[in-house]
Amino acid sequence: MYDGGKIIVGLIIGLGLLLSPFLYNAGKATKAPEPQLTPKAKEAKVCVANTNFMTTKHMQLLDRWRDEVVREGKRYYKSPEGKVYYKSLQVTCLRCHSNKTKFCDECHNYMGVEPFCWECHIAPKEKE
Amino acid sequence: MNFIISILFSGIVVSVLVLIPWVGVAAFDLRFLFGVVVPYLAMAVFFIGMVARVIGWGRSPVPFRIPTTAGQQFSLPWIKYSKIESPKGNGGVIIRMLFEVLLFRSLFRNTRLEYRRLANGPKLDYEWEKWLWLAALMFHYSFLVIFLRHFRFFMEPIPGFVHILEKLDGFLQLGVLPVSGLNVPSVFLTDMLLMLALTYLFLRRIYIPQTRYISLPADYFPLFLILALGLTGILMRYFIRVDITAVKTLALGLFTFKPTVPEGIGVIFFIHLFLISMLIAYFPFSKLVHMAGVFLSPTRNLANNSRMKRHINPWDYPVKVHTYEEYEEEFRELMIQAGLPVEKQPEKVEEQSEETGEKE
Amino acid sequence: MAQTPKPEELAKIEHSPPLMEGWMDRPVEIREGFYCYGAKGKNLAAVGMPNPRDWNPADEDWKLPEDWKEIVLDGFKDRLDRFRSFKLFMDICVRCGACADKCHFFIGSGDPKNMPVLRAELFRSVYRKRFTTAGKLFGKLAGARDLEYNVLKEWWYYLYQCTECRRCSLFCPYGIDTAEITIIGRELTNLLGLNTDWIQAPVANCYRTGNHLGIQPHAYKDMIDFFVDEIEEVTGVRVNPSFNRKGAEILFITPSGDVFADPGTYTAMGYLMLFHYLESMGLDITWSTYASEGGNFGFFTSHEMAKRLNAKMYAEAKRLGVKWILGGECGHMWRVVHQYMDTFNGPPDFLEEPVSPITGTKFENAKGTKMVHITEFTADLIKHNKLKLDPSRNDNLVLTYHDSCNTARGMGIFEEPRYVIKNVCNNFYEMPSGTIREQTFCCGSGAGLNAGENMELRMRGGLPRANAVQHVHEKHGVNMMACICAIDRAALTTLMEYWVPEVQICGVHELVGNALILDGEKDRTTDLRGEPLPGMEDMEEEEDV
Repeated sequence: MYDGGKIIVGLIIGLGLLLSPFLYNAGKATKAPEPQLTPKAKEAKVCVANTNFMTTKHMQLLDRWRDEVVREGKRYYKSPEGKVYYKSLQVTCLRCHSNKTKFCDECHNYMGVEPFCWECHIAPKEKE
Repeated sequence: MNFIISILFSGIVVSVLVLIPWVGVAAFDLRFLFGVVVPYLAMAVFFIGMVARVIGWGRSPVPFRIPTTAGQQFSLPWIKYSKIESPKGNGGVIIRMLFEVLLFRSLFRNTRLEYRRLANGPKLDYEWEKWLWLAALMFHYSFLVIFLRHFRFFMEPIPGFVHILEKLDGFLQLGVLPVSGLNVPSVFLTDMLLMLALTYLFLRRIYIPQTRYISLPADYFPLFLILALGLTGILMRYFIRVDITAVKTLALGLFTFKPTVPEGIGVIFFIHLFLISMLIAYFPFSKLVHMAGVFLSPTRNLANNSRMKRHINPWDYPVKVHTYEEYEEEFRELMIQAGLPVEKQPEKVEEQSEETGEKE
Repeated sequence: MAQTPKPEELAKIEHSPPLMEGWMDRPVEIREGFYCYGAKGKNLAAVGMPNPRDWNPADEDWKLPEDWKEIVLDGFKDRLDRFRSFKLFMDICVRCGACADKCHFFIGSGDPKNMPVLRAELFRSVYRKRFTTAGKLFGKLAGARDLEYNVLKEWWYYLYQCTECRRCSLFCPYGIDTAEITIIGRELTNLLGLNTDWIQAPVANCYRTGNHLGIQPHAYKDMIDFFVDEIEEVTGVRVNPSFNRKGAEILFITPSGDVFADPGTYTAMGYLMLFHYLESMGLDITWSTYASEGGNFGFFTSHEMAKRLNAKMYAEAKRLGVKWILGGECGHMWRVVHQYMDTFNGPPDFLEEPVSPITGTKFENAKGTKMVHITEFTADLIKHNKLKLDPSRNDNLVLTYHDSCNTARGMGIFEEPRYVIKNVCNNFYEMPSGTIREQTFCCGSGAGLNAGENMELRMRGGLPRANAVQHVHEKHGVNMMACICAIDRAALTTLMEYWVPEVQICGVHELVGNALILDGEKDRTTDLRGEPLPGMEDMEEEEDV
C-alpha cells in the first residue's frame, strides 16, 4: 500500500512550516528601521564610542556600566578619545537620546528586543 | 578507512567551508554571492531534494503490514492490551508516532551491555543507559528552539511565539561570566545545550569502540558542521557582534524575494550563513533525511491489526503452488492404505503400491 | 564438522572492534562452525529456484552464473522499488549505535559485522555506490564500495548469521528492522542459488509433502497414532484424532517439528489431549496431512517462496470446508500467519469469523485472517472455567517462559501463554526484564539456522538467552523453560545442554496436557515424558524392583 494521500498531506504540512517565513511575509511591505537622532545628539557628533561600536555593542556597554556602577561604584568612563563620561543611562545617554520611541524602540521593535532597562529606569517623557 | 582519517577528512571539509565565505567576503567582497545567491541555491536544493526524496520513498509501496510490536496485542477482551506499543487502530498509531518523533520513545529503551567473565561462566547484564537519549533529545530540541528563535530575523512583525521562546530560553538572565565586559543581558540556554549535546555526541562516537568502528565521515561531518554553525552563532551573539538590524534586512529581503545586502555586516555573519546554507543543501543527500524518514517507517506507523484487516500488496502476483490434487495424485495409494480420506478413488488398486510407500 | 569450543573457551568474547581498522578493509573470512552447507542442486531444482547445482561455501568458486553481478544489482533495484522498508532503511540510518549491543549474535560472537547497523551497512555501502550520486562520486569517503565477489560472500556469510528476530528494530529510533534487510538480502542471494541446504531442503520437502521434514501422509498419521498410544499409556484414555476430514468445523495446523522430535512431541500430545477433552463439549477439529506444516522456511528464502508454501493453509481449509483455522505453537509460523498470510493468500472469504465452539467467544482479533493462536484459544477456555486442571501434576517443575522473537515482536502475544502457564503450573518465575517480552532474546537458531554444522554460531547466539535462564536457575531453581515455538523447542534444548544443562525445554501445551484431567483417566503416575509425577517417585522405584 502506498498511503500517497497521507504522504502528500505530511509533505504539505512539513513544507508549509519550513516555508512559513515566505508565506508570512508575502505581500507585506517591510522597511528597515531608521533610528533618529535628536538635534542635540546630532550636534554632539560623537557618542561615548564610534557609531559602529554603538550599533552593535551598546547593550554590552550598558550592561557593563550597570555592573561597574552598582557593584563597584565606578562612576566614570573614559572614551577612546580621552573624554570622560558619567556612567548613567538617564543622566548621560538619555540626555542626548531623549527620543526613546524614535531612537531606541525603532530597532528594538524591529528585532523583537525587550531590554529590561525600563524595569528600573524611568523612560523619558517625549514631546511630540 | 579508520576513524582518524574520517575525523580529519570531515574536519578539513568543514574548515574549508568556513574559509570559503571568509575569503570570499573579506578578500573579494562577494557579498551578494554569499548573502543572496548561495542561500537561495541552498534552499532550492533543500526543498526540491527533500520533496524528491519523500516522493521517492512514497513511490515504493508497503507490501506487508510489519509493525514491530512492542507490547501486548489486542486479543481477548479480558487481556489488557498495549494501546500505544501495539496499537490496534490509527489512533494508537498516531500516539505511537508522536511518542517516537517528539520523545524518541525507542531510543529511551536503550540499554548497555555489561559483559563479564566470572569463575562460574559469563555474566551478562543490561545496564541503564539513557545518556544517548538525553543528548539526542537535548540536541534536537535545542536546535529546534534556536531555529524558531531565528524567526525574529525571518518575519516582520515578529510573531508572539518567538518572544515566548526567547523569554523561556533566556530566563536565567545570565551573563557570560566570568568574561566580564563581553556579556549581554541574557544568555540563551539552548545555545549552551546545543554545544554540550554535540560535544557529547561526538565524544561518544569516538569513545565507544562499536560506534567508533561503524562511523563514517558522513557521521562526523554533520556534527562538525553544526558545531561550526553553533560556534559562529555564539561568537556573533556574545563576542564578535554584527549589526543585526542589517542582518534582518538581508533576511527579510530573502524571504520577500527582494534581496538586498545592506552595508556593514561583519564577515562572521557570512560564514554563519554559508554554513547553514551548506547544512540544508547537504540535508536531502545525507542521513539527515531521517527527519522526514521517521514518519514513513513501516515498523512504527502501522497498526498491529493484520489479522483483523487485510493489507493489500499492490504488486502481488500469482505464484506456482503445489495443489492438493497434485499431492493426492502422488500419495493416493499410500493414503488409502493408511485409511486417510481421498478425493478421487483410484481406478484399480494395485498390490505393489506398498513397496513405493516403504521407500522413503 | 567443526569442533564446537567448550563454553569456557567460547565465553572469551571481545566486544571492542580493532581500534585503527576500517570495517571495509577487513575481507570476509568464512569460518567453519558459523555457516550452513550450501543448498543442494536437487532441492533448488525441486521448487524451480535459479542456478540449481551443488556448491560449497568453503570453496573459492561458488559456481555463479556469468552475469551474477547484474542479476544481483537488478534484483536490488527491483526491491528498492517494491519495498518502502528496504529503500527507507538504506537511507535513514544515522549510525547512532543503539542497536549494536542488542543483537544476540554480536553479544555472543563479538564479530563487529554482527552489529545490526554494520550488517545493514554491508548492503548500504553497495547501495551508495550503485544508487546514490554521492556514493558514485566520492566512493569510500561517502561510505560506498562496489559489489565484488568477496562482498557477495560477505553478504551471504552474515545474512545467514541473522535470525530475523527484530530485537534491533525495537531499539532503533527510526524502527530500522534488520529482519527486513536480511529477508530481502536473502532474496538476492537466492537469485543466484545461494541458499543453505538447511533451509532449501525443508522448502523442497514442504512443497511436495506438505511439511518440512518430508513426512508423507501415511507416515504423518503413523506418528500421531504413536502419540495416541503414548497418551493411552500415561492416562489410560484413548484419543481419536481425525485427518483430512471434510466438514469439520476447525482445521488444526501446527509445525511438523512437534510431530517429529522431542520435546515437541509432548506438546503435540498436549494438543491431542486437549482436543479429546473438548470433543464431548462440541469441538469438531481435524488435522491435515497436506497442510501438515505450520512453519514456513520459504519465509527464510524469499517472500515469493513464503507465499507459495503458505498457500496450502487456506487451500486446505477451503477444500475441507472448515469454518476457521486453529494454529499450534510456533514462532515464525505466527509471524507469517499474523502479518503476511491474509496479504499473501487472502482474503479467506470462504471461512467464518472464528468463534470458540466451547465458550462462544468471538476472536475479533482474527476476524480477517480467520486463524486463531492455540494459546488464545486455551486461555479463553481456562478463563471460562471449561478445563478441569490439576496444576500440582507439574509441581516437580520450576518454570520460566521464553518469549519467541517472532511472536513477541511480530505479533505481541505475551499474556495468553503466561495466563495458561500460571493456570497449569504452580511454580513460575520470569527471567530478568531486559530479556523477556518485547525485549526477548532469540534462541540463536531461528530463521533457518538450527543446523548442526553451524553449532558454534548457535551456541554463541543463544548465550544471552542461556545466561538469563542461568540467572533464574540459580536464583529460583528453575528447571524447565516453556516456549511457544517449535524451533525453540529443538534449538533451546541443545542450547541448554551446552550452557545450563539442568534446564529442559517444553511447550506450553505439554504443561496443559499434564495438568488436564481427562474423563475416565486412570491414576497417572508419570507425566507425558514418562517421568514420575510429584510424589510418585517411590512408586516408580517399586516398579523397577
